[in-house]
Amino acid sequence: MISQIFSLAFLAQTIRITVPYALASLGGVYSERGGVTNIALEGIILNGAFSATVGTYYTGNPLIGVLCGIAGGLLTALIHAVVSINIKADQIISGIAINLFAVGITKFVLEILFHSSSNSDRIPGLPHIKLGFIEQSPDIARLFGNPLVLFTILIIVASQFIIFKTRFGLRLRAVGENPEAADTVGISVTLYRYYGVLISGALAGLAGTWLAFDQHSFTDGMSAGRGYIALAAMIVGKWNPLGAAAACLLFGFAESLQIQLQGAGLPTQFIQMIPYVVTIIVLAGFIGKAVAPAADGVPYEKEK
Amino acid sequence: MPYAIELLNITKRFARTVANDDVTLKVLAGSIHALVGENGAGKTTLMETLYGLYQPDAGAIRIHEKEVTIKSPHDSIKLGIGMVHQHFMLVPPLTVLENIVLGAETTKNFFIDLKKTTAEISELAEKFSLNVPLTEKVENVGVGIQQRVEILKAIYRKADILVLDEPTAVLTPQETVQLFKILAELKEQGKTIVLITHKLNEVMAISDHVSVMRKGKIVGHLETPKTNPQEIAQLMVGRPVLLRVEKSEHKAGAPVLGVKELTYVDRRGVEALKSVSLDVASGEILGIAGVEGNGQSQLVECITGLIRPTSGSITINGVEIVGLNAREVFARGLAHVPEDRIKRGLVIDLSIKENLILSLQALPQFSSRLSMKRAEITSNAELLIQKYDVRPPDPNAITRGLSGGNQQKVIIARELSRNAEVIIASQPTRGVDIGGIEFIHRTLVTARDSGKAILLVSADLNEILSLSDRIAVMYSGRIVKIFPDNKVEESELGLYMTGSNQELIREAK
Amino acid sequence: MTAKKHLPRLVGITSVLEHPITQNFLIPLFAVVLSFAVGAIFIVMVGKNPFEVYSILFSQTLGSTYGIGQLLFKTTPLIFAGLSVALCFRAGLFNIGAEGQLQIGAFLTALVGMKTFGVPFYLEIPLLMLAGMVGGGLWGFIPGYLKAKTGAHEVINTIMLNFIATALVSYFVTNLYNVPATVHTPPISPAGRLPRFDAFVSGFQGSPVNFSIFVALIAALFVWYYVDRTRYGYELRVVGLNSKAAEYGGISVSKNIILSMTIGGAIAGLVGTNFVMGYKYYFEEGFSTGTGFMGIAVALLGNNNPFGVILAALLFGMLEYGGLVINTMVPKELVSILQAIVIIFVISSNKIFRKILTNFLKKRTLSIND
Repeated sequence: MISQIFSLAFLAQTIRITVPYALASLGGVYSERGGVTNIALEGIILNGAFSATVGTYYTGNPLIGVLCGIAGGLLTALIHAVVSINIKADQIISGIAINLFAVGITKFVLEILFHSSSNSDRIPGLPHIKLGFIEQSPDIARLFGNPLVLFTILIIVASQFIIFKTRFGLRLRAVGENPEAADTVGISVTLYRYYGVLISGALAGLAGTWLAFDQHSFTDGMSAGRGYIALAAMIVGKWNPLGAAAACLLFGFAESLQIQLQGAGLPTQFIQMIPYVVTIIVLAGFIGKAVAPAADGVPYEKEK
Repeated sequence: MPYAIELLNITKRFARTVANDDVTLKVLAGSIHALVGENGAGKTTLMETLYGLYQPDAGAIRIHEKEVTIKSPHDSIKLGIGMVHQHFMLVPPLTVLENIVLGAETTKNFFIDLKKTTAEISELAEKFSLNVPLTEKVENVGVGIQQRVEILKAIYRKADILVLDEPTAVLTPQETVQLFKILAELKEQGKTIVLITHKLNEVMAISDHVSVMRKGKIVGHLETPKTNPQEIAQLMVGRPVLLRVEKSEHKAGAPVLGVKELTYVDRRGVEALKSVSLDVASGEILGIAGVEGNGQSQLVECITGLIRPTSGSITINGVEIVGLNAREVFARGLAHVPEDRIKRGLVIDLSIKENLILSLQALPQFSSRLSMKRAEITSNAELLIQKYDVRPPDPNAITRGLSGGNQQKVIIARELSRNAEVIIASQPTRGVDIGGIEFIHRTLVTARDSGKAILLVSADLNEILSLSDRIAVMYSGRIVKIFPDNKVEESELGLYMTGSNQELIREAK
Repeated sequence: MTAKKHLPRLVGITSVLEHPITQNFLIPLFAVVLSFAVGAIFIVMVGKNPFEVYSILFSQTLGSTYGIGQLLFKTTPLIFAGLSVALCFRAGLFNIGAEGQLQIGAFLTALVGMKTFGVPFYLEIPLLMLAGMVGGGLWGFIPGYLKAKTGAHEVINTIMLNFIATALVSYFVTNLYNVPATVHTPPISPAGRLPRFDAFVSGFQGSPVNFSIFVALIAALFVWYYVDRTRYGYELRVVGLNSKAAEYGGISVSKNIILSMTIGGAIAGLVGTNFVMGYKYYFEEGFSTGTGFMGIAVALLGNNNPFGVILAALLFGMLEYGGLVINTMVPKELVSILQAIVIIFVISSNKIFRKILTNFLKKRTLSIND
């Protein structure tokens, strides 16, 4: 039984579930490292998925679909950026409103374009890159041949360096920790916060794109709480790219396990709760300290 | 010698105050120039204007004899100006090195060039004897090191003009000595330094020139070797027209409030109160003079139950109150006018009548189990508003809309309505207009005449001198002197307040 | 006594902006009108006439007893959720957990109801309400306690607890207490049923509006009385507005955090009165589609005032039902878009107005100075 569960197919499934979590979670890291709380991840994923579907459907070209997915995410994040950074309104409420907006707008346009309130027509998936050395196991080959999987792995590793070793990352962190200090050395707080939120839009949009291609269509509400799980993973991962990705892998593993165990008569709901319970425990400080960037969620008011 | 900085006729207004009024300040290149004055004299605003954090409403700035406009720190950094703010502008979770290079990073293939940067900073550190652990996080190093990081930050940006705002406020005496060595070294290397301070012994020890500010204006430029602390203290506190407060002879009764060997070590391990002892008798006002940040706030918070002293005792009529919370201390017969009315004393989004019962809300007079007694709350407010002349005379007016003076009257009205035996009044007239000040002073004197024991903490010497029956001076967490009456020269008080009294200096040695 | 005497008087910018009329009416009204205007753009994009769509939206919801019945049925849970969020807001807390609290509460209502056959209605009805309040209250207590004791932010914790509640309830409903082949529980005792309006007025025939709306109105009255008229409410407001002043006044901040989250949760837990006791008579998995989240919008639009919450819940209830009546012309999701835009405008208007007014006043004072 054990070997049945932990098969290559199981691994493939875990990766498949983890990819969108990791992308969105990484997006959350960029946004919150810069000091903007991003509950809007959920809505960004949904809009990304929808834009990718529409783009692919009308051009027949999945690559254009990917670009559309990113653009959809960026546009959604832009609303959050304007409301949070320029208007300096409450970032949490802005995020909730955007999530609500995404549910509405995607279904609204879905009905107009596809005359269905639940799903779009079928779209093609992304072309695979041929990786000769793992052709023997098709599950794995299909998975790692997927350019988005490769990109995800790459961006996770790269982000660890971008955030902690580059000029951009240093400035982003400074703006999220102590915007006043950044301001006094001539760094534009507004600009860097925009960078953070927009990068999160692009990445979460890509997460949505993955969902659409994975399913070859858009269904209403298909983000299904993934934005919130991504947020939880970001916290559990202590706002670090690698940590967040590891948490996503844990959550993806749990979810994959839950799918495997379905029908086995076990209460899968308890496995489903793992990410949320872990997050609460981490936040309460029972497993090390999870300290958010000091200025996370606090608008920067320049005039004293 | 040419001037490094020329601030010409600078005026800067804020909503209700003029922070700098036609100020002209010239600093010679390669010198150390001290800028002194009491709290709120406008020193920091002037320097933050130079640094580009504020735009002056009028006036011109010349740097190295060239007229410039400084719109942001970006501009001032380019002009070679560096500033070490009183509250350090550091990012705690970043390393020392990251903090130093922030905003002026050298990169190599996208990455911050650690090797080159480390070498550069080490060389600078060596040159100016500014030893810092480059790879340690700033949150893990002490304030002395943090200050060096700030100085290195400026020098790394090639600053040749360095402004330091109250740099010794957070330092131990040993660290201060270290800092002065560094400043001397910097001067040696040709840097120009402006030092904002109110500690006159420091002025005498390190500066070449000194400019004195009072109430937004420059009141004197002096060459340090040709002056003395007495002269500077005189200029700082001014030759004030004492506000006249009608006051009868002081008839002190028995001691009511007693503080014995009170020590308080704060969360960062700094000893904010060092064995403070004093007592206040009924029918007297004990004034505590001192420059802010010398332990007065902590003393008041210990007495009022907001923080718990590390050791020592506080008694009201001989009953120990250490360990009680704020509500219990109030119940023991204490009233408290807190130093920051907006942060602590009021809920500015509530109405006047609601603020007049803050901390009294549970008394049977104002509420029963199931409801607030609204009629009583309103009539209480009407009574107090009339008695203390609060404007607008409307119990339902939201407190946010009141002037500073009227907000303060609301607090004083509430605190005196408790009928407590001990009144702690901290900065009772800060930000209050002249009319309001007079009223508040009269009220305090009336309370004293009716037998209250009043502890008055104020940074305003005028206030201390005109109200107090006895005066205690706090400096660096200690009571350094208690004068048995109020017949003392301001300049003498000034010397004690600034830690430059000869007696004290000798003691320290 | 005239009403005017009771209006707070203020000075300067704040006088206009912080004035209750601005805060309670002008800003929400502005937000609603603006969102309808933006909604019109969407309607035009579909090639329909916005005036026609909006007039149908209003006439079909408000024009018949049946329509009003449907509207009130949708309004009831929004009042509970809105009150829950509003009460916590007044204590300075952001309760995003109403969704989880109402699920646990409604489930407990159904669970107790199915186990207590034979209890007379005058005991059964209060008992079931209490069960809902205990469930919701517990689900509010947890994040309140964690915030007070460990400082963990209530926003993240309540979001997590929403998901945990959904999973937990799903477990019970699919494994332990379900009617086979369904995702709902067996029915509650008939004694626990709240009467429907259509039993008294035939015009309501077919709409499930029931007496739980009175429970909601009583809850609103309670919140108003508690917050504005008792000293516990006074202390809660002080903590919410200025925790430093609360400390100064000897008011326990952590006690008030726990208390307000618990009471807020208990109110959300009453949602079961509408669905379980007044409509289906059982608990069904997935019965709430984001009511808790909509409660945030309702509280914001109602300016966290219980009576404002009722009005805002009526508007949102109308929109929820209105979505169905306009569905033949434009997709019903138009109303979700409207709701989202209302929220964004409500949170932005304050800041935008402040900016405009500040600039205006600055210019005026400058010209006086010059």
